[in-house]
Amino acid sequence: MTIHFVVHDEHDSVGVVVVEGLKAGQELTGWVMDQDRMITFTAKNDIPIGHKLAIRDIAAGDTIIKYGVDIGRAVAPIAAGEHLHVHNVKTKRW
Amino acid sequence: MGMNLGNLTFEGYRRENGRMGVRNHVIILPVDDLSNAACEAVANNIKGAMAIPHAYGRLQFGADLDLHFRTLIGVGSNPNVAGVVVIGIEPGWTGRIVEGIAKSGKPVEGFWIEQHGDIATIANASRAAYRMLKHASRQRRTRAPVQELWVSTKCGESDTTSGLASCPTVGNAFDKLWENGNTLVFGETSELTGGEHLVKARCRTPEIAARFQAMFDRYQAVIEANKTSDLSESQPTKGNIEGGLTTIEEKALGNIQKIGRKCLVDGVLDKAEVPTHPGLWFMDSSSAAAEMVTLCAASGYAVHTFPTGQGNVIGNPILPVIKITANPRTMRTMPEHIDVDVTGILQKQMNMDDAGEKLLDCILRTADGELTAAEILGHREFSLTRLYESA
Repeated sequence: MTIHFVVHDEHDSVGVVVVEGLKAGQELTGWVMDQDRMITFTAKNDIPIGHKLAIRDIAAGDTIIKYGVDIGRAVAPIAAGEHLHVHNVKTKRW
Repeated sequence: MGMNLGNLTFEGYRRENGRMGVRNHVIILPVDDLSNAACEAVANNIKGAMAIPHAYGRLQFGADLDLHFRTLIGVGSNPNVAGVVVIGIEPGWTGRIVEGIAKSGKPVEGFWIEQHGDIATIANASRAAYRMLKHASRQRRTRAPVQELWVSTKCGESDTTSGLASCPTVGNAFDKLWENGNTLVFGETSELTGGEHLVKARCRTPEIAARFQAMFDRYQAVIEANKTSDLSESQPTKGNIEGGLTTIEEKALGNIQKIGRKCLVDGVLDKAEVPTHPGLWFMDSSSAAAEMVTLCAASGYAVHTFPTGQGNVIGNPILPVIKITANPRTMRTMPEHIDVDVTGILQKQMNMDDAGEKLLDCILRTADGELTAAEILGHREFSLTRLYESA
């Protein structure tokens, strides 16, 4: 069984794609590391290896959580399964 | 499971000051940019000697000049170096560096170009380098407990796989080395932004935590004073963003995985300072790979661990740099740069303890003399940190 994406913690907003060539519409298997359980999702975009997908619906202005910690804020709404990156999330620090 | 580091040894070079090195370099060290040509000519004459050219050393002053001296003296004093020939444009600063390195007890000789010219300087320095090579070639590796190995870490061209797997691999190895009483270091001050509270909470005493916070705040003030954007494409870098990292906070949380889950921060170092006791040290430092690794070499570290996501190719002239990746695309497209493949973690084919032990095994093989990918490919990046303009 191929793991398509990995989530650090079940409370996180995002998972990380760990395979090449992931396509929109593809059924994905994800591994939640800290709780060691598997989840499934449908990709809404083509997402490159290393890039993130939202694993819950996110509103503009929401805090993005990864490793159980704040990693920035959404600047646009992001649906579960969508590509989440610099086009819709910004730092809160600088 | 069950690698007991307390029972293991490595074979390295016992230096005059008691430190254990893992390489036996004779280096030709310029004091300043003007002396690079003479140093390279000496290294060309004397096979086996290595010139370490750099861009600085003129009209520096104050803390920036102190750092220049501390870095060059530290590199010359590093136990991976058997002997040093120093060449400068004039005798004063050349002598300061020679005197600093001489405190380590190892052979060191200085030469200067003014009133001699390049040709006579090269001839005299080549004779010194010849003697150093004779000395170095007589050294023999001897066994020492793993505890005597100083190990540094810094990651580069990170991506999300770094935080998931390659940085935690270093963290797992660091937890084991820390419990074994090794001397360790991490740094990258700006690259803790968003996770600085987690590092502070790991500091052994309130005093160490306060010194760490002061260094972190000072670095933030530099960024606030000079930034023209949110630093996106600089920190995180273009390569980080290509690899899927979105914000500095996300990058920092991945970076911090390198200090494992058990290690406490036992002390704080200014740039290129030498640790005074075993444990995990934080060194205030740039997050640029060549600068940080050069500072680790100057602090006396003997082996460096370098997790990478997108494939940073860095090496160092005297400090072997071990590359670890968990990114299967990097492993597929540039395998000659990678020493430890931990891609299996992301498919649940390797657990973190196995990965940590695989890295420790590579660290010990490197300490015994096995060359790293960066050494074989000739990566000798040497980059001096500057604090401000020259006068």
